[in-house]
Amino acid sequence: MAIAEPTATETKGVGEYLLAHMREYGLLFALIAIMVFFQIVTGGTLLRPVNITNLLLQNSYIIIMALGMLIVIVSGNIDLSVGSVMGFIGALAAVMIVEMDVPYLAAIAICLVVGGVIGAAQGYWVAYWKIPSFIVTLAGMLVFRGLSLWLLEGQSVGPFPREFQTIANGFVPDIFPASIGQALAPVFDARQVNVLALGTGIVAAAAVIWSGMRKRARNRAYGIVDEPRGFFIARNAIIGAALIFIMFKLSTFRGMPNVLITMGVLTIIYAFLTERTVLGRRIYALGGNQKAAKLSGIKTERLTFLAFVNMGILAAAAGLVFAARLNTATPKAGFALELDVIAAVFIGGASMSGGVGKIVGAVVGAFLMGLLNNGMSIMGIGIDYQQMIKGLVLLAAVIFDVYNKSKQG
Amino acid sequence: MTALLEMRAITKTFPGVKALDGVNLTVRKGEIHALVGENGAGKSTLMKVLSGVYPAGSYDGEIHYDGALAEFRDIADSEKRGIIIIHQELALVPLLSIAENLFLGNECAQNGVIHWPETFRKTESLLRKVGLREAPTTLVDKLGVGKQQLVEIAKALSKEVRLLILDEPTAALSESDSQALLDLLLELKDQGVTSIIISHKLNEVRRVADTVTVIRDGAAVSTMDARSQPITEDAIVRDMVGRDMAHRYPERTRRAGEMLLEVEDWSVWHPEHVDRQVIRSARFNVRAGEVVGIAGLMGSGRTELAMSLFGQSYGKNISGRVRINGKEVDVSRVDRAIDAGLAYVTEDRKSLGLILEEPIRRNITLANLEGVSAGGVLNENEETEVSERYRRAMNIRTPSVFQKVMNLSGGNQQKVVLSKWLFAEPDILILDEPTRGIDVGAKFEIYGIINDLSSQGKGVLMISSEMPELLGMCDRIYVMNEGALVGELTAEDASQERIMSLIVTE
Ligand SMILES: Nc1ncnc2c1ncn2[C@@H]1O[C@H](COP(=O)(O)OP(=O)(O)OP(=O)(O)O)[C@@H](O)[C@H]1O
Ligand SMILES: [Mg+2]
Repeated sequence: MAIAEPTATETKGVGEYLLAHMREYGLLFALIAIMVFFQIVTGGTLLRPVNITNLLLQNSYIIIMALGMLIVIVSGNIDLSVGSVMGFIGALAAVMIVEMDVPYLAAIAICLVVGGVIGAAQGYWVAYWKIPSFIVTLAGMLVFRGLSLWLLEGQSVGPFPREFQTIANGFVPDIFPASIGQALAPVFDARQVNVLALGTGIVAAAAVIWSGMRKRARNRAYGIVDEPRGFFIARNAIIGAALIFIMFKLSTFRGMPNVLITMGVLTIIYAFLTERTVLGRRIYALGGNQKAAKLSGIKTERLTFLAFVNMGILAAAAGLVFAARLNTATPKAGFALELDVIAAVFIGGASMSGGVGKIVGAVVGAFLMGLLNNGMSIMGIGIDYQQMIKGLVLLAAVIFDVYNKSKQG
Repeated sequence: MTALLEMRAITKTFPGVKALDGVNLTVRKGEIHALVGENGAGKSTLMKVLSGVYPAGSYDGEIHYDGALAEFRDIADSEKRGIIIIHQELALVPLLSIAENLFLGNECAQNGVIHWPETFRKTESLLRKVGLREAPTTLVDKLGVGKQQLVEIAKALSKEVRLLILDEPTAALSESDSQALLDLLLELKDQGVTSIIISHKLNEVRRVADTVTVIRDGAAVSTMDARSQPITEDAIVRDMVGRDMAHRYPERTRRAGEMLLEVEDWSVWHPEHVDRQVIRSARFNVRAGEVVGIAGLMGSGRTELAMSLFGQSYGKNISGRVRINGKEVDVSRVDRAIDAGLAYVTEDRKSLGLILEEPIRRNITLANLEGVSAGGVLNENEETEVSERYRRAMNIRTPSVFQKVMNLSGGNQQKVVLSKWLFAEPDILILDEPTRGIDVGAKFEIYGIINDLSSQGKGVLMISSEMPELLGMCDRIYVMNEGALVGELTAEDASQERIMSLIVTE
């Protein structure tokens, strides 16, 4: 065996690198392509500030649940109950706040705890009794769907008090003096500019690029074959520009939605948790080879249990956002939503057998699905075609995965 | 005799690795041809090229089989021509029975309906042929690696085989099972079957091979013909490692210190057949700085003993006492056993030791993530440094520690498992077949590491089916038979004969 020198990064590295990271680039490329396509066919409606805001609000609960689902799937399980749990929590919130006059903050806290308990109840059977998660959560899906019907007595319950609604429909007020925004407005030819939103966009873009460069420098120091320079610059330029562009658009409307902050913060926390902590590492090991993980001293049962508890809490959070956004709880809320969430995670590159997948992938996957929904709705495509197209996209993504893997040998 | 197979200038590259670099190999009709070489030399890869695992077009060079150019598209293609390969990593379906596995894809069926009596009859005769006494309906899951290997061979025999390729078939087999297998090979040879055997056990190679080809760094460096002159192990070793190796075991200075590990009345019952006692009141100890061996036949309960000690990873109703440094410790969970200072290097690296999809780096640190993190946050730089250090120390052949373990050669995978447990810094290291599938040079390195550990005052408990290894390395040897420790020998008293007689007389 001869070891090829890893110095050939720039020249022969390009093809090889691309092959190895086809998936990530493919996802990014698909997202951009879809965005450009809809932007054109909808005559520019897609990227209007109001629609971007809508897009974020519409998909927030899917993304919040995708974070938890990614962890569940990486650990080698699946959770089919999240749609029902989400609906149930919305119903619970409505009954408490609207019918029983529970203060909304207390109600939120109770709902999150109940979500955690639901997750624990399901995780217990999966983790300690080794009952396949598919079956346990399929049961959960039916149980909680029934429970929300029972709780709401088949009726819609609402509306919620204003404060509760702001969870989903509120915007972060500009902390900078209005005069700055007014001064900037003519520069961009906009009616108003939310300086906080624009500033956050710039800071976020800078942070992404800075951390990318740091990682690159580190890889260099260890002689790891890393991304060719051209790719690195292009990728970061695109991501940075997209962040600034979107935040700028938002800033000319009503600023950053509250849910954007929630989503952003949660995404960063979970990305950190999965990629940089001992806990995260152990979850990947558990999904990669449960027996080997166990023999390495990892408490596999407890970890599986916690993955479900976490999923329950996030499903509850999603339920609150969803109810607040619709301003009412209906028995149908969250129906079949688990499928969108699971699809998002797989489109994002997770593997059905566990051990593989990334938080950022799941978030991008969810956005991709959301973008398809939104774009097709604007175009007036019927729900029938929408479903078919989404199904095919999921299939295509997974086929792409499998093909890629066989290509790498 | 004419050549059955000629491989010409075979070159095969993987991303970042040139596994084969212009290999030429000629195999004569009716011979047993042995391929030897260091871990990662390219032996398995060469055989995968031959059998169509890597299809024509994915490598350079030509394969001439039976006088014609052969371009196999896949395994089925080469099987049709009578080339059957048994891989280093076994490929049986765990939840199917032996009979079902044997005829998988090749069922005795009429119009798609399986003829079970026929299947069982054939299975029984095949099992007899390979010397495996198990019912055809036994699930493969329930068999140890050794027996699974025999099933694999039976499976190969169920097909029209002309060229049988065995990739380290005896690595997991006991002495007597290996003998039986080699006899079987010789018998097949008499029936006209040509075989290629890859092995790190040079005594076996010498015994059966007509021709030996040595592969080094992806090239065939020499070919020896047993007909012209007898092949010596020393000659093979010289070509393999590129230098003379005077000793197979490093010099060892013995100094047994304080009592480190004491196990008393250790009894373990079978996890499913709860009234079957697998370990019977075992009692043994390891002193600081000692290397203690456990000899025994396959299935005598050595692995079960080790795994039950290590966090009750095997068995039910475990009773007994474990003392470390004189204090009674709780080893009822793996994490507790690790905290108490134990480490267990499994014999089954693929399913119990490694996360194949993950890189070397992540595998090495898995049992001691605390060692590369602060406050629960990983320091990936440190992780890379640590694993680089082990890669160099253990001489793991790979371009970088970012390589997936899946892509390593079998022997190098074994080194990763060892590294993982060395990094966990245990006081007592339990090694279960630590040199399985490892080449002579690397064995020497691993023995050296074991000696280093013992000179640091650690205790080593070594389970091995290779008696010379136990005799060469251990200060004391326990002999195990049918779940009980039936004898204890000091290094001076121990010999292959005495160990065997202890097993037999019980
Ligand atoms: N799919 C792959 N991707 C990358 N590298 C590979 C792949 N398969 C094998 N290699 C590399 O090719 C080299 C030869 O591997 P091979 O498995 O043929 O070795 P071997 O001689 O059979 O060793 P051993 O005695 O340890 O089984 C090794 O360095 C290995 O890491
Ligand atoms: Mg091999």
